[in-house]
Formats: sequence, C-alpha cells, structure tokens
Amino acid sequence: MKSQYVALRVLKQIVKDKRLLAMMFVAPIMVLLLLKIILTSSSTTPTIVLVAPPAPFQAVLEKEAKILLEDKVDDAISLLYAREADAYIDFTGTEPHLAIEGADPARSQLVAAKLQKVLFAMASSETSLAMKEYVSLLQEPDYLYGSKDYKLFERVSPMLMGFLIFFYVFVTAGISFLRERISGTLDRLLATPLKRSQIVWGYFLGFGGFVFIQTIIIQAFGVYALHIPLHGSFWTVMLIDLILSTVALSLGLFLSAYSRNEFQLFQFIPIVIVPQVLFSGIFDLSEAPAWIQWLSHCFPLTYAAEALRDVMIRGEEIYHVIPELLVLLAFSAVFLLLNTSVLKKYRKI
Amino acid sequence: MQNEAAIRIHEITQKFGSNVILNSISLTVDKGEILGLLGPSGSGKTTLVKAVVGMGNIDKGQVTVFGHRMPNLEIVQKIGYMAQADALYEDLNAIEHLAFFGRVYGLTGEEIKEKGKRILELVQLSEHARKKVLYYSGGMKRRLSLAIALFHEPDIIILDEPTVGIDPVLRRHFWDEFLRLRADGKTIIITTHVMDEALHCDRLAMIREGELIAEGRPDQLMQAIHASDIEEVFLHYSNHNERRGRE
Repeated sequence: MKSQYVALRVLKQIVKDKRLLAMMFVAPIMVLLLLKIILTSSSTTPTIVLVAPPAPFQAVLEKEAKILLEDKVDDAISLLYAREADAYIDFTGTEPHLAIEGADPARSQLVAAKLQKVLFAMASSETSLAMKEYVSLLQEPDYLYGSKDYKLFERVSPMLMGFLIFFYVFVTAGISFLRERISGTLDRLLATPLKRSQIVWGYFLGFGGFVFIQTIIIQAFGVYALHIPLHGSFWTVMLIDLILSTVALSLGLFLSAYSRNEFQLFQFIPIVIVPQVLFSGIFDLSEAPAWIQWLSHCFPLTYAAEALRDVMIRGEEIYHVIPELLVLLAFSAVFLLLNTSVLKKYRKI
Repeated sequence: MQNEAAIRIHEITQKFGSNVILNSISLTVDKGEILGLLGPSGSGKTTLVKAVVGMGNIDKGQVTVFGHRMPNLEIVQKIGYMAQADALYEDLNAIEHLAFFGRVYGLTGEEIKEKGKRILELVQLSEHARKKVLYYSGGMKRRLSLAIALFHEPDIIILDEPTVGIDPVLRRHFWDEFLRLRADGKTIIITTHVMDEALHCDRLAMIREGELIAEGRPDQLMQAIHASDIEEVFLHYSNHNERRGRE
C-alpha cells in the first residue's frame, strides 16, 4: 500500500495551487448562488393587459399578475409591442382571447402558468361560471412573435447559438495562444521586429478568418437543417454572431495570458462562461435583484443574446441592434488592448 | 572596424521576486568577435542574452546595441536570435518556417526563395525541407532554429546553447559556420555550458549565480592561473568568488 504517498503528493499539489483551490470551492458556490437567485426570482408576476374583463376574472387574476386595463384591443397590442406587457386577454368577442408576446420563453411560460392557476382557483370557487369559455384561453393563445408550435428549443435557440459560438471560439483561441506561449514561439516572436500589437492583431485576424467560416457553418446548419426560426435577416444574424466571436476570440487570447497551461485556461470557464449562460436570456432576469442585473451588463453574451432575439424571433431590422453591436465591439477592443499590455512583461515595446 | 563596440551591457540587474538573476553585470562585445558566455544552467545566461535582444524587463542598468538603447525594434532587425528551446511550429515544415520568419524580418518573396535554399543546404536540411517539424529529431530542430536565426543575415547573432544535444560532427560543422560568419564581420554571442567549446571563442565571460566571475581571452584566462583547461579556470574563479562572498 503505497497509495497514501501518491494521495499525499496530490493533496500537497492542490493546496499549493491557489487558483485550483478557488475554483474548487469558490466557483461552484458562486454559480449555485447565482442559479438560486435567478431561478427563484423569475417566477414572479407577469404583466397582463385586460380588455373589457368580467369582474370576477379580474378579481382573481389581480392576485397573480400585474393588470393593465384598456378599452381597445389595438391599445393592448401596442402595449405588447412596446414590451410593457407580456400578454393581453380580450373579452370583447364571443370567447375570451389570449395573445402572448412570445419572444421570451420564460415570460411566456409564466403567463401560461399564472392563467392556469387562476382558472383552477375559479373552478373551485362558487363564482365559477362558463368555465368552458375560459378554458379556451389556455388552448389557443396567439403569439405576437413566434408561434404556439415553438418548443423550448426554438425559443432558446438564438441564445443557444450565440452561446455555442462564444464558447468554442473562446476555448480554441485561448488554447492556441497559450500553446504559442508554452512552446516558446511567442518568446521567439518577441525577439523579432514584430510589435506586440502586431502579434496580437495577427492572431486576431488569423483566427478571425477561421471563426468566420465556423460561424457560417453553425448558423447555416441551425437555420437550414434544424429549422431554427429566423424572422429577421440571415445576414444581420451573421453579423451579430461574427461580432460576438470577435469578443470570444479577444477574451480567449487575453485570458490565456493568465494561464500557465490548458488546465488553468479551463479554470476560467466556471467564472467567465457559466455565468454568461445564466445571463444569456434563457432565464428571465427582469425580477432579479439589481446587482444581478448590473452583473449581467458586464458580460458580452447578454448583449449578443438580446440582439439575436430581436432579430431572430422579433424580426427586427439591423438598425435596431446597433447599440448592442457597438457594446460588443467595445468589449473586443478592450480585451485586445489589455492583451497587448499584458505582453509587456515579455518585452517593453 | 575592429575593436569597435557592438554591444554594451551596463550594470544590468534583474530580479525575479527576491531572487537575483543578474547582479549588476557589465560587458562589452566588440564588432566581429565571438563572445562566449560560460556558465551552468540557471546562472543567468539566458536572461542576459534576452536582455541584449530587448526582451524581459531589466530592473536596473541598460543595454545598448550599435549605440541604441534596447529594446529598439529597428535594432532587433539586425539581430539574429536562436533561443535555447526550439521555438518551432510543429505543424509547419522548414520552408514554411523560413517564409514566415523571412517576412517578419522584411525579406521579399524572391529573397526568401533564393536564400532559403542556400540556408537549408548550410544546415543540411534540404532533403527534409518539406517535412513537418513534428517529425524532426532534436538535432534537426536545432539546425532549423539556427537557419532561422541566420536567415535575414543579421550583423549580430545571439545563440543560446546552439550545440546542446547535437552530434559532434554537426557541432564541428556549426562552429565552422560561426567562424566563417565572424570572418564576415558578424558579432556573435554564444552561450554554452560545454567548457571545451569555449576555447573557440575570442573572449569568454564566465557567469555563476548571476555574477560575472571572470572575463578575458581563453588562453589568457588559463595562463593567468596556470590552468590546463577552461573548467579549471571556471572552478578557480567560482571558489574565489565564494571565498570573497564569505569574507
């Protein structure tokens, strides 16, 4: 039995690796905390517009949702377009009619869940009248964006696609720049007349070409083979994805400077990648505490997901997502500059 | 042109945390001479030659090459550097390496083609020119590294342990080339821990634990203490230095 010596050596190594310790103890707790906050804060109150509702229905719904009252259906629709409400119910016809905004899967499900709860409450109470009419509410809602046939995959696919592109570009770019450092070739390059910025730019451009092809393939496969719904322009989505990959690329290059080996680069994933999934729009953050919302604005994927959802599900035009694209480009520029200055420790100019 | 300083190292000190890697070293290398930096691994040789190329961050002192303070990218253009580790790209072949580094040093496509052929012949890699470096032996990698360092015909050539792990025939061949380059007026700094190699150098600087312990022509160094070989000289000054340190 000499295993204990191996075990002791492993323990000693781990204890000496402060980053590994932090990853093992701090990162899971942080992610768990974020998950708890985000998943529990999303199940709050939807905003529903009612058009000429019967009093008993309104009374029960008021306990579950924030209610806005309108006289005309058109006004209710424009509230949905303005994203001030998640759904409206129109009682002016023979049967009540439900329409859901639909671009945000979490909000859509929330509306459906709340209405179900309301109908149950009404069915069990004395005031129940003409339940049959109300049941139709849940069966045939209209969707402003997308359709009722959308499964979870279709609704989260824009964000998912953005995330996948981000993740793979980050990992490949990070590792290859890391290799350049470990193998000594970066050191070798710094003994040449190349400027630091030229090296970083060269990497960025070289990988950029590759990432360009990768993005086209992922996106074309998603849209044409998997039929991910796309209501906006293919090329606008392409542009968003490409700009997102430049962010991933520059971030990967930058963080690789803080890693001695591949393992250390992977250690950044729980900190840099995992929170981005939580903030990428798959989960609803509208009711989350202010610091979570603030934090979500520090991560590039938040902006990309918003832009992708706008174009892919809402069918918005390119000018609508320009602010998001500018923020992404700024992220990219900052990471590149930081990377160039990190290389200073190898050569001053 | 003889005896004109190509490189002046002035009191450079480099620390890594509390470790002193180089302690106030001053050295001058004349144009057209081969300076050997002799010392065991860990003595600071690599850090010192990197400082000459302008890499790393020296804590104190300065290096000037042809009168320009380093780092200076225009001067770097005139330096050929062969690193201690073979910094090569596994997936590229010899020609692709030369093409890349040639471009980085500003050679034209024509020049790369023409000079590439010659330099590969010189390091005897012509028949392996299209083989991926991944399949190269250690000696072949060293030869390619040397080819890259000499490719742009620099005035100053800095070679960090160029002959480690290569067979004696090739080592002789390398040295013939170094002597030929010196005859062309090139300035060469070569680090080594092989004592007999040191005899080929015009001048030696012995380094131990970041200190310059002795400097001079090999024959003079030996004569001064009646030593029969360079190793004896090194041991003599190492002990000398330690005694001084204790006092």
